[in-house]
Amino acid sequence: MRTLVVAGHGMVAHRLVEAVRAGDSDWRVVVLAEESRPAYDRVALTSYVDGWDAAALALPGADYAGDPMVELRLGDPVVSVDREQRLVRTEAGFEQAYDALVLATGSKPFVPPVPGHDLPGCFVYRTIEDLDAIREAAGKAGRGRRSAMVVGGGLLGLEAAKALRDMGLSPHVVEMGPRLMPLQVDDGGAGLLRDLVTALDVTVHTGTSTNSIEADGDRLLAKLANGTELDLDLVVFSAGIRPRDDLARSSGLEVGERGGVLVDNRCRTSDPAVYAIGECAAVENRVYGIVAPGYAMAEIVAAQLLGGDAEFGEQDMSTKLKLLGVDVASFGDAHAATEGAREVAFADSIDGYYKKLVVSEDGKTLLGGVLVGDASQYTMLRSFVGRALPASPGSMLAPSGGGEGVGVDALPPDAQVCSCNGVTKADITGAILEHECTDVPKIKACTRAGTACGSCVPMLAKLLDSCGVEQSKALCEHFSFSRAELFEIISATRITTFGELIGRHGTGTGCAICKPAVASILATLGNGHILGGEQATLQDTNDRFLANIQRNGSYSVVPRIPGGEITPAKLKVIAEVAEEFGLYTKITGGQRIDLFGATVDQLPLIWRRLVDAGFESGHAYGKSLRTVKSCVGSTWCRYGVQDSVGMAVELELRYRGLRSPHKLKAAVSGCARECAEARGKDFGVIATENGWNLYVGGNGGTTPRHARLLVSDVDSETLFRTIDRFLMFYVRTADRLQRTAPWLEEMEGGLDHLRDVIVNDSLGICDELDAAMQKHIDSYADEWRGVLEDPEKLARFTSFVNAPGTPDPTISFRVEREQKVPVLLGMPEVAAR
Amino acid sequence: MTAIQECTWVAVCPLEAVPLGAGVAALLPDGTQVAIFRTEESVYALSNVDPFSGAAVLSRGILGDRGGVPVVASPMHKQCFELATGQCLDDPEVRVAAYPVRIADGTVEVGGP
Repeated sequence: MRTLVVAGHGMVAHRLVEAVRAGDSDWRVVVLAEESRPAYDRVALTSYVDGWDAAALALPGADYAGDPMVELRLGDPVVSVDREQRLVRTEAGFEQAYDALVLATGSKPFVPPVPGHDLPGCFVYRTIEDLDAIREAAGKAGRGRRSAMVVGGGLLGLEAAKALRDMGLSPHVVEMGPRLMPLQVDDGGAGLLRDLVTALDVTVHTGTSTNSIEADGDRLLAKLANGTELDLDLVVFSAGIRPRDDLARSSGLEVGERGGVLVDNRCRTSDPAVYAIGECAAVENRVYGIVAPGYAMAEIVAAQLLGGDAEFGEQDMSTKLKLLGVDVASFGDAHAATEGAREVAFADSIDGYYKKLVVSEDGKTLLGGVLVGDASQYTMLRSFVGRALPASPGSMLAPSGGGEGVGVDALPPDAQVCSCNGVTKADITGAILEHECTDVPKIKACTRAGTACGSCVPMLAKLLDSCGVEQSKALCEHFSFSRAELFEIISATRITTFGELIGRHGTGTGCAICKPAVASILATLGNGHILGGEQATLQDTNDRFLANIQRNGSYSVVPRIPGGEITPAKLKVIAEVAEEFGLYTKITGGQRIDLFGATVDQLPLIWRRLVDAGFESGHAYGKSLRTVKSCVGSTWCRYGVQDSVGMAVELELRYRGLRSPHKLKAAVSGCARECAEARGKDFGVIATENGWNLYVGGNGGTTPRHARLLVSDVDSETLFRTIDRFLMFYVRTADRLQRTAPWLEEMEGGLDHLRDVIVNDSLGICDELDAAMQKHIDSYADEWRGVLEDPEKLARFTSFVNAPGTPDPTISFRVEREQKVPVLLGMPEVAAR
Repeated sequence: MTAIQECTWVAVCPLEAVPLGAGVAALLPDGTQVAIFRTEESVYALSNVDPFSGAAVLSRGILGDRGGVPVVASPMHKQCFELATGQCLDDPEVRVAAYPVRIADGTVEVGGP
């Protein structure tokens, strides 16, 4: 048995261990890691700020549990290498002999030697621990607005700015170069990027550097070269990285001209028993700072250890990111460095995008490009790099049709569809046709495509289509119908129970997919209280208890506060209820108040108090209308042109309780300044001098979309009628869990068709849609009150059937920032994996 | 059958207290939480603790079948557990405890060790 020692355990090291272990070999692997936790997804580090859940960044299998051939020693880095004896020594004094050694020590953040760079309050941005430290500093109480400076306006700097913004600080980004992301983006793209991030409360300073940082009481004062002085709570350096080549230097291995462990194109150092991979390696003198080339190095070394051979070839340095919610992509020769290269650019500062293609002198071959604001064509365009374009560059970029109209059929077989894992179109079509991969999850499992950044997943679905694999619209194994078809069946047959529906049109007993979908359809069609009779057993847990289940099994209660407008008396009641039941209280992003930590048996008691005070359910639990957000409008605001609060209240009350395929959010802004962010909603209303503009099909979430203008300058009555029809048409025809944006995108004819149907009545269904919405409005009743008034429904709100008064003993709380928060549950059975 | 005869039966609730097609939670004398489910065909008892989240919530899951096998889907992250055995169908390495259960005089009884 031979011993492989891996120094370092980042993403690349983990890929190496996986690849070595996947092969049939006698290698015993010892991994010596500096960090205290196994390799995690450092590329997604910024998302750690979302929930501070380190487990969410974990890479599958990175603890090698159950693999006797891998030993992972955490928190004990290699400090020296004795190449003669083939022995490494760790910080703790542990000695380990090796037959092969792989240096995978990664890189360290570059901190410019600015005076004051080492003051308390100055941080780097590299590890989970760095983010924890930044969070602690950001959370310290201070006066006024909290602000921070990020040194470096590249990719990492903007990532750091996003993290800081998510922590509630106002970030300043200082970039020495003339523009943001100087390596990836050109002037045009960077200009738009700057506008977009500035609108997100990030102040950009380009073409200047930091002269000094001084302590100013418990704050920091930064002086920039251009004379600007910034009063700061903290500073984050993310001005680039430097390879960690100390081990190579101290053990006499050759290093690159600009640092990094010098290796050849097989990742071999000057010592045949030692390899280097990832960001610490200088492959033929070049250091790569992104993960894909690192993975390629890991595979190359694994191949050699397993007796094969592989070489490091030209690397695709394309990047696609969502920085501060802004799409940025750069691929191929983005800066038109090729001789004779020509550029075709398309900029739209209204809708906020910039697209540029770099083509060969004859305009036929694609060399590279830059996309900012909208990178939906990235995967398609990138796969054409180095090839003839199927259409003229201008038409590829044109906003309608163009690139999207060019189908996957036009792609040559060897085009890379998934650049993270180097999977070509031929690999994928092969998996579909020869290995019978009939859906996207199977393709992912078979080829690894779509398993890293995921941006190519839509292409995988298109390739399935183009290979003639019909993708089933069936809801689940119990119904061969889509949600829209089931809606038609239920509506036409007037079936009112799941039992009858599955008996006549399905098979088996149902599941957690079809039962809630049918429950939603039954509710939309007006079948009484959603917990009436059999319907109660169909509901997802949130609907079944009319509250939102939280991680420890307790619930949150969110009363409706239409338009965010609330009287002091009602505020007082919420405060009293929260105090009485010891609920954690938080203002939501949708202008409501969350009350967390209620147990099942407390829910009716809490509702009783709220309902008596005039509150009703806010449907925070349902796939239904959530909130209609508003600004203060013409009543208070000196810019407002219409009463946005009055309109928001009216809309929220009109559509409350409407069940839909996905949650629905809306907003009303009193003027074009758009303080209610109406264009990020399923339907958004913006006041004009002459009436209202209605936008539809926007959303936040993982794939944010701007809503698009459906009708303009309409009066209130027309507005209601148009929204009525839009919502009814959507709830009838959308797929399960399909939001309005993808619903609209998949609709043949798109927005124009929608307008035809609901404004011009091209299908002749408008009377029906109007009547359905009127029926919903007329039959609305508060669901909380419905439970309180029905002893049978009330009886289900007990912790234990045989001990109704006993609270669930597994739910406990501790106090954080003067409020209670859940004590995280031990997970003995699964958590270790 | 021998094993079942040896258990101690704990009367939990009248059968009607378990809604058809759904579950309820019950507390055993030793503090164990069990989830009791009732389908058209049978009554089942599993540990109430969802092993993936640690929360005692399985009784609040949706009942149904996967390929004809009766299951409950955890309300947390929707993993399915076989009602008869507690085996997780989405992760072969995970199983929750299944308890013997019987109906005596219209009362649900759960078997303890």
